[in-house]
Amino acid sequence: MSDPNIPDHMRPERSFQGLILTLQRYWADHGCVILQPYDMEMGAGTFHPATTLRALGPKTWNAAYVQPSRRPKDGRYGENPNRLQHYYQYQVILKPSPTDLQELYLKSLYAIGIDPKIHDLRFVEDDWESPTLGAWGLGWECWCDGMEVSQFTYFQQVAGFECRPVAGELTYGLERLAMYVQGVENVYDLNFNGREGAEKVTYGDIFQQAEQEYSRHNFEYADTTMLFEQFKMAENACKKYLDDGAKAGHNAGKHFMALPAYDQCIKASHTFNLLDARGVISVTERQSYILRVRELAKACGEAWLKTEGGGVGAAS
Amino acid sequence: MPDLLLELFSEEIPARMQAKAADDLKKMVTDRLVDAGLVYEGARAFATPRRLALFVQGIPARQPDLKEERKGPRVGAPEGAIAGFLKAAGLNSIDEATIQRDPKKGDFYIALTEKAGRPAIDVIGEFLQVVMRTFPWPKSMRWGAASAQPGSLEWVRPLHAIVATFGPETEEPEIVHVQTAGIKSGQTTFGHRFLAPGPIKVRHFDDYVASLEKAKVVLDPVRRKEIILSDAKNLAFAQGYELVEDEGLLNEVAGLVEWPVVLMGSFDESFLKIPDEVIRATIRNNQKCFVLRDPKTGRLAPRFILTSNTEAADGGKAIIAGNGRVIRARLSDAKFFYEADLKTRLEDRLEKFKGIVFHEKLGTQAERIARIEKLAAEIAPLVGADVEKVKLAALLAKADLLTEVVGEFPEVQGLMGKYYALAQGEENAVANAIEEHYKPAGPNDRVPSDPVSIAVALADKLDVLTGFWSIDEKPTGSKDPYALRRAALGVIRIVTDNGLRLNLLKIVDAGGKNPAIANDLLSFFFDRLKVQLRDQGARHDLVDAVLAQHGEGHDDLLLIVRRVEALGKFLGTEDGKSLLAGVKRAANILRIEEKKDSKTYHGKPDNHLYLQPEERQLAAAINAVKEEAAKAVAREDFEGAMAVIAKLRPDVDAFFDKVTVNVEMSDRRENRLKLLNEIREATRAVADFSKIEG
Repeated sequence: MSDPNIPDHMRPERSFQGLILTLQRYWADHGCVILQPYDMEMGAGTFHPATTLRALGPKTWNAAYVQPSRRPKDGRYGENPNRLQHYYQYQVILKPSPTDLQELYLKSLYAIGIDPKIHDLRFVEDDWESPTLGAWGLGWECWCDGMEVSQFTYFQQVAGFECRPVAGELTYGLERLAMYVQGVENVYDLNFNGREGAEKVTYGDIFQQAEQEYSRHNFEYADTTMLFEQFKMAENACKKYLDDGAKAGHNAGKHFMALPAYDQCIKASHTFNLLDARGVISVTERQSYILRVRELAKACGEAWLKTEGGGVGAAS
Repeated sequence: MPDLLLELFSEEIPARMQAKAADDLKKMVTDRLVDAGLVYEGARAFATPRRLALFVQGIPARQPDLKEERKGPRVGAPEGAIAGFLKAAGLNSIDEATIQRDPKKGDFYIALTEKAGRPAIDVIGEFLQVVMRTFPWPKSMRWGAASAQPGSLEWVRPLHAIVATFGPETEEPEIVHVQTAGIKSGQTTFGHRFLAPGPIKVRHFDDYVASLEKAKVVLDPVRRKEIILSDAKNLAFAQGYELVEDEGLLNEVAGLVEWPVVLMGSFDESFLKIPDEVIRATIRNNQKCFVLRDPKTGRLAPRFILTSNTEAADGGKAIIAGNGRVIRARLSDAKFFYEADLKTRLEDRLEKFKGIVFHEKLGTQAERIARIEKLAAEIAPLVGADVEKVKLAALLAKADLLTEVVGEFPEVQGLMGKYYALAQGEENAVANAIEEHYKPAGPNDRVPSDPVSIAVALADKLDVLTGFWSIDEKPTGSKDPYALRRAALGVIRIVTDNGLRLNLLKIVDAGGKNPAIANDLLSFFFDRLKVQLRDQGARHDLVDAVLAQHGEGHDDLLLIVRRVEALGKFLGTEDGKSLLAGVKRAANILRIEEKKDSKTYHGKPDNHLYLQPEERQLAAAINAVKEEAAKAVAREDFEGAMAVIAKLRPDVDAFFDKVTVNVEMSDRRENRLKLLNEIREATRAVADFSKIEG
């Protein structure tokens, strides 16, 4: 049950930003580092180095953040009430996965106003796999009254490496969750700021134009020549930074540039998604592009494990 | 005697894995009990989303003592041998061994040792550790801090508690000690996640089940299914509807709840414009809800039934509303897809197939469709179908694969093609063929019977088979990624159920381009046919006997089946059995003599060389029978042919009774062997009798 002391316009049931702030506060209270979104285009919160890279290595790591997620193919020109090419995920990563992770997760739902006395909350099998990240895990999709509101995953492998220890990952689809607690059927009707009347700002006020413009861009106008070039450049840069970082860190027995290299992997992945949305990649080529990104992700994961963040020098 | 109660309490176990996990747990534990000499009275296993439980009744408190006898060296053997024996048997001196007298080979030592049985509770504790480490989950995982180290326990999802009690029903039980993944076995479990999450102290099975029930957990999945099914039926009935029963969905839903509460919701009637199958697929696959039928219209009712896992304080209002919203959104999508699909004619979609690869070595989907169309047109006149309709149906049969609805719900492929074809004004036969060309999709699926459907269904399957045969991608062992066995069986069922006469070899080897591949494919069909006939109760040796004859029509599946039937009936009669014995006797003699002489005896026997009346009589009978049987075979009257052949029986019997085959006079002997060959040949018109057993 959400905190009765918060003012109306901040209540998670009334305001999109209120929902986000409630989750931020909740996970901060439970010892998470509250990070800001990563400043690059990506398909899901999992791509954030705070998840992909930090999931690897022995160090304890608890973090939570909002990540804007871009899925160029999911654009619907602002006309579909449920589908967006840009939306927000709330991402929590806890390493090692705590024993009471399910309880912690459920309490976060209570905090945003979902009352287990009248709602049906369920953990329904859904194993997660990201071919581009070379990652997989077991877990569930979490249902509230038949609606999927989160993904819950115990990472087993990331970038081709076993997770030791295993991290627990929670991903909330924020728009969906907000639509549920606000009781609206169209994402563009979401109350964003929790105000009423003239002061009210809706999700549509902020994003509908963007959805229209980006759908046009993603499906019709995105410059494919440039994108093909960008993919290659990002791929080459990633490999180059990995080589350079390995050489620079060689004497120290470390890798010195895992993070910049990984940025290029993120870039390549998003560029591929744009090309895919433009329909210029054939079925067979598609597979080979996915493999190329995976190779980059694996190499970045390997480099990360040779950094301090990845556990070099840590007592374990 | 003591009972064992075991519960493994974890985070949510996938519904599809629960039943097998319960069986595996039971088998793994009871096998080990028996191996340890602990013969139990009975065992039952259960699963809910959060627990696997096992109850084993009547286990002896101790293992029986084991007496072991170890044979040693002979008396007076070298010291080394004696010392080795003592060490192996655990004896201190040779005085502890017994001497076994053996007057023939000499006396030798034996050691009699007695191994005391251990308390069952210790034995169980030890093997439970192994059971948990080696449990065959389809997928398992590591978790928590322990997963930093290699070798941490893997389970389907994180494990939280282990209940393991042992003891007679009337006493306070003991704890079976198990320790794994930082969990120590004990007597504590937990109730329903939301309704009664507190700890529960467990003693024996009876109080365990009762306490769980009080804590809103129905342990037995069978009972959960009964509750869901009967409540769902009652809710439907109360509204004047019928539940569309769905065993697979029921099993899944029962694995998603510990405390089933069945509720009914509704959706807008305007969604009923969508085909029923699409509504059902939407609601079932995505929402795991049942749908209802309106008995007045035979169509779906605008209702759904959901199974929640909780008793809500508002009687389920919020839950129904929430599920209703999701279903509304899903049906809106489905309706949007369906209406969007209707805007494009099926033939206008075909262009896209040129860019879709069917198989790397077999070209694009467009090429495959062209092949099917051509083959279907060739088959059409053979099955009495209109060639133009067949060509159109074949051309459009795959087009729905590119529709939105089929993209979303692959299981309605074909069916949607039919709806879209009807909507764009195609004839019923064409529309039905689009749906039915995938049939039969499995052993319980319907076999198409309309000629247009038959032609396209056969062409579709034969194209896949000849295609993959030509690139040498045949099924091996358990691997059959392109479902070629199913395709072959489909062809067999279409042919036999519809009584179709087809020369398969000609069809699969158009133009005789590659007879070796065609023959190999034909023998694959024969293998599937054998399996099929055997499943229907035919004797495999009869099938072999019929397949061994290579005359006209040997590639005609229907004739093969009829021959097997005729043979089966014939061998059920006295005449049949006795003739079989005679023919086999003749064949055996021939086989032996032919081997001895390194030559085969065939050709007409010489009338002048007969000595005995029985020879002449048999020869005359064979001549008469051969002609008559051949006529019957030509009419495809195999039972008639068998009846004719049966007439040989008294003469064959008389021949073996009175005539000696292996006589001194070599010309007479040869003539008699040729006569035996005539018996063999006469029966070959229907089957090779030598392949028949008994």
